[in-house]
Amino acid sequence: MKSLDAESLCSALIEQMRPHVGPDTLLVGIHTGGVWLADRLHPALGLAAAPGSIDVSYYRDDFGSRGLNTKAKRTDIPFNVEGAHVIIVDDVLYTGRTTRAALNELFDFGRPAKVELAVLVDRGGRELPIAARYCAYTLPDPLPPQQILELQKNQDDSLTLRLIDA
Amino acid sequence: MRNPQLNKNGELQHLLTLDGLPRDILTAILDTAAPFTEVAEREVKKLPILRGKSIFNLFFENSTRTRTTFEIAAKRLSADVVNLNVSTSSTAKGESLLDTVDNLCAMQADMFVVRHAASGAPFLIAQHLFANGRNDIHVINAGDGRHAHPTQGLLDMYTIRHFKQDFTQLTVAIVGDVLHSRVARSQISALTTLGVPEVRVIGPKTLLPTEVERMGVRVFHDMREGLKDVDVVMMLRLQNERMNGALLPTPQEFYKVWGLTAEKLALARPDAIVMHPGPMNRGVEIDSAVADGAQAVILPQVTFGIAVRMAVMSMLAA
Repeated sequence: MKSLDAESLCSALIEQMRPHVGPDTLLVGIHTGGVWLADRLHPALGLAAAPGSIDVSYYRDDFGSRGLNTKAKRTDIPFNVEGAHVIIVDDVLYTGRTTRAALNELFDFGRPAKVELAVLVDRGGRELPIAARYCAYTLPDPLPPQQILELQKNQDDSLTLRLIDA
Repeated sequence: MRNPQLNKNGELQHLLTLDGLPRDILTAILDTAAPFTEVAEREVKKLPILRGKSIFNLFFENSTRTRTTFEIAAKRLSADVVNLNVSTSSTAKGESLLDTVDNLCAMQADMFVVRHAASGAPFLIAQHLFANGRNDIHVINAGDGRHAHPTQGLLDMYTIRHFKQDFTQLTVAIVGDVLHSRVARSQISALTTLGVPEVRVIGPKTLLPTEVERMGVRVFHDMREGLKDVDVVMMLRLQNERMNGALLPTPQEFYKVWGLTAEKLALARPDAIVMHPGPMNRGVEIDSAVADGAQAVILPQVTFGIAVRMAVMSMLAA
């Protein structure tokens, strides 16, 4: 796999989204990579409201087998989602289960008019009927399950994509 | 002997008492509770954590607040809750405690929340489940006799941590009827485990257990002396219903000597918080002006109690 430059993918994602968002569009990042990404997208797209964040730990369908995550972050939706245009932001789209969990959690806060999904990378391997509306890069071949692709935030706030062999 | 509250991996299996529970488990419960406080602000106040689980509230002794907060906590975790008012049902017809438990197990119970006037009743149920190989069923002690009330102790610790952050710098006073109080025992265990350097108990000799010093506390029989420079004042309820004989003169006289008034509270640190587990006897152990005053955190205690009970239930059954 050729190395992926998270910073240039981030810029590409911003340009992809720009024509489709208005000042009232709301971003919700999924912990942790999606929150970092949403923090980047928000000023670049000139959105009014600060992004919200979701920790999907309690909404995952594999909750029973994984057990309780005592380090779960606080879900923080600081705006009214009722009737709003919401874009869920995540770093990497894989099985789609995280996105499903985020959708379920989001709807516990109200009924948005429209929900879209923005991701930096689509790594393939979907297990649910979910697709990203905005995606900076789709891998030509799905990654094997033993590999983990994730976003990292460096000390200077720059973003890097890292591939780990589990 | 193995701690009967922990399974072989050292995880919480039942919550029966805070006595002997390691600090990392106490801290994990408080940490788990923190994100649950936000659920109350949602339009749908529910998380899907205990979907499909059946929780039985077994209250052999009356309680409104504790039963209600357990019920709300279970419902916010999407569990199915069944309330048994046992005092008016089978027990009154002569069924034994363990027969009641066996019957509820046959109804696919996943968890029992037990309040009982007899100290040790929740232990008995936990032992019975263990003997029957039912490690998939969990017991939470919601108050047994004079022994323990662990979730109250935990919500008090959550409240203290919320307002004071660091346990290791605090002086905490527990005031009143310690003798009849299961809450006080749970509070003392938890405060000591979490590293509070000075725990004081303040009360008349007749309402303090003998050898209370052995629990690692400083004893005061003078309220003014005991409240001096404390960071946290934890009032206890005067337990009229548990009192036999002449331990006390009248409630009015108790108030004069042991009631928390603004004047006595002024001896504590200016930023001291005032706690009370409820139900309050205004004008007996606490003055109305203090109970409603700026230093009181009695209603936040109730709110935090829901999050803490959610944390315990999800750690046990998820």
